[in-house]
Amino acid sequence: MAAFEGASARWGRRIMIGVPYLWLLIFFLIPFAVVLKLSFSSAAIAIPPYAPTWDTWEGVQTFFAELNFDNYTFLFEDSLYVNSYLSSLKIASISTFLTLLVGYPLAYAIARSSDTWRNVLVLLVILPFWTSFLIRVYAWIGILKTEGLLNLALESIGLISAPLQIYNTDWAVYIGIVYSYLPFMVLPLYATLVKLDGSLLEASADLGAKPLTTFWRVTFPLSLPGVAAGCFLVFIPAVGEFVIPTLLGGADTLMIGKTLWTEFFSNRDWPLASAVAVLLLLVLVIPIVAFQRIAQREGQS
Amino acid sequence: MRPRIPWFNWTALILGFAFLYLPIVILIIYSFNESKLVTVWGGWSLKWYGELFRNEGIISAAQVTLVVAVVASTIATVLGTMAGFALARLGRFRGRTLFNGMVLAPLVMPEVITGLSLLLTFVAVSLDRGQLTIILAHATFSMCYVAVVVQSRLTGFDDSVEEAALDLGAKPATVFFRITLPLILPAVIAGWLLSFTLSLDDLVIASFVTGPGATTLPMKIFSAVRLGVTPEINALSTILIGLVATGVVIASWIDKRGRMRAPD
Repeated sequence: MAAFEGASARWGRRIMIGVPYLWLLIFFLIPFAVVLKLSFSSAAIAIPPYAPTWDTWEGVQTFFAELNFDNYTFLFEDSLYVNSYLSSLKIASISTFLTLLVGYPLAYAIARSSDTWRNVLVLLVILPFWTSFLIRVYAWIGILKTEGLLNLALESIGLISAPLQIYNTDWAVYIGIVYSYLPFMVLPLYATLVKLDGSLLEASADLGAKPLTTFWRVTFPLSLPGVAAGCFLVFIPAVGEFVIPTLLGGADTLMIGKTLWTEFFSNRDWPLASAVAVLLLLVLVIPIVAFQRIAQREGQS
Repeated sequence: MRPRIPWFNWTALILGFAFLYLPIVILIIYSFNESKLVTVWGGWSLKWYGELFRNEGIISAAQVTLVVAVVASTIATVLGTMAGFALARLGRFRGRTLFNGMVLAPLVMPEVITGLSLLLTFVAVSLDRGQLTIILAHATFSMCYVAVVVQSRLTGFDDSVEEAALDLGAKPATVFFRITLPLILPAVIAGWLLSFTLSLDDLVIASFVTGPGATTLPMKIFSAVRLGVTPEINALSTILIGLVATGVVIASWIDKRGRMRAPD
């Protein structure tokens, strides 16, 4: 691309790159450094309004001298935090799997529908994503409550005699995550399924394979890139989720986003909240890197 | 003929879309419920809409939210278009890897971390928290979405037209404003709309970076919802859903027209 590289374009280049670059440095990278720095400070100096240690930069030496691992050791000593991390990973994994179970048939059916319908159906999958996340989670409260519509409906058709306790449990959180993130699962699945070569399925059927066999031996393996992408797009935001466990989950539903929020807003321990944030990011880096490896491998083959 | 199981596809479509849309439909229906209780149907009524418009807290929160969303998404669109253009058209430059990373990272960054880090920074430089800090925060994460949308649109077009104009002696700035920008306009508009809805929707980041006096609509909804389901919130939700649905229909209409006119 030599298009925009003339001598007269130099200033244009500088502006086009420099302005967004500078913005991201100031509002993304530096804030992250602030979190990192604060996570290594002791609570006393940082209780709001905390005295920023930034003005008195005494060089790298003082920086390392002031490093304080107390917050991190505390995180591992108190089982609340370890349990929050583990519970987040558990809830996110189960929800991702359930989203796959719900999303796959839907993506499959859309990919197999006629050309005229396909675009409309895809738009219908995306549409809820544009409406407020908070409102969509809120909509489930009225349905899942003990005296809510789901229990009312199930009781009236005689399926249950006593109301189910779903609201304020982990199950409500699973439902909330599946519902909120379903478009993220369906779209990449649809994208791989729609590109699937129909002649492979025909060949399989001609050779006498039953539809279900064809699905497990041909369709599903070929759709694995979509499965990986969909699971990634659901899992990553689900781990750090705050709204869903707070509104739908119970008091005993532990998720790290919720713990961080409480640490910050209720306990007002900013350094500890920062340490929680840094560790959360480290927890997320592993699946992100793993996914990138998979994506790269797919790109090569 | 493809091996098909039509009944399976139909069931999947019906169940899938029922799952996606029933909760929203129920929410909308109950906003017109005369009764205050979710489970009791007291007949059709518009009284909760009336209550809503008399609720000054909600009205002022709506104003704050709207101002924040318009300003933040406009900043985000300008910055994001520049960033997307830089990544798609300007080849190699120093620090490109870091730049690319900073554009992509906020997309996977948990909101609690983004919110916390920005707040700590605003406190460190003693910037007064309020509407301005929410705008700065929203512009930052939205610009990354715009950059990704614009970049993918630009890589879809080859740069031969731009190159031809440069060869014919047009200034780079002229080429950008007369050729590149019109070509990617649908992506820029889509980016603005995406930023707008992201801003309209954000609870977590705004809660962190806000100060006294600047309460956004999601913050209002959140605190009301924690106290329980109220038909007033249903009414508010219905209005927001209506606005967004109208916006999406207009946006897809613009996109369709843009595509029909765009040379292939």
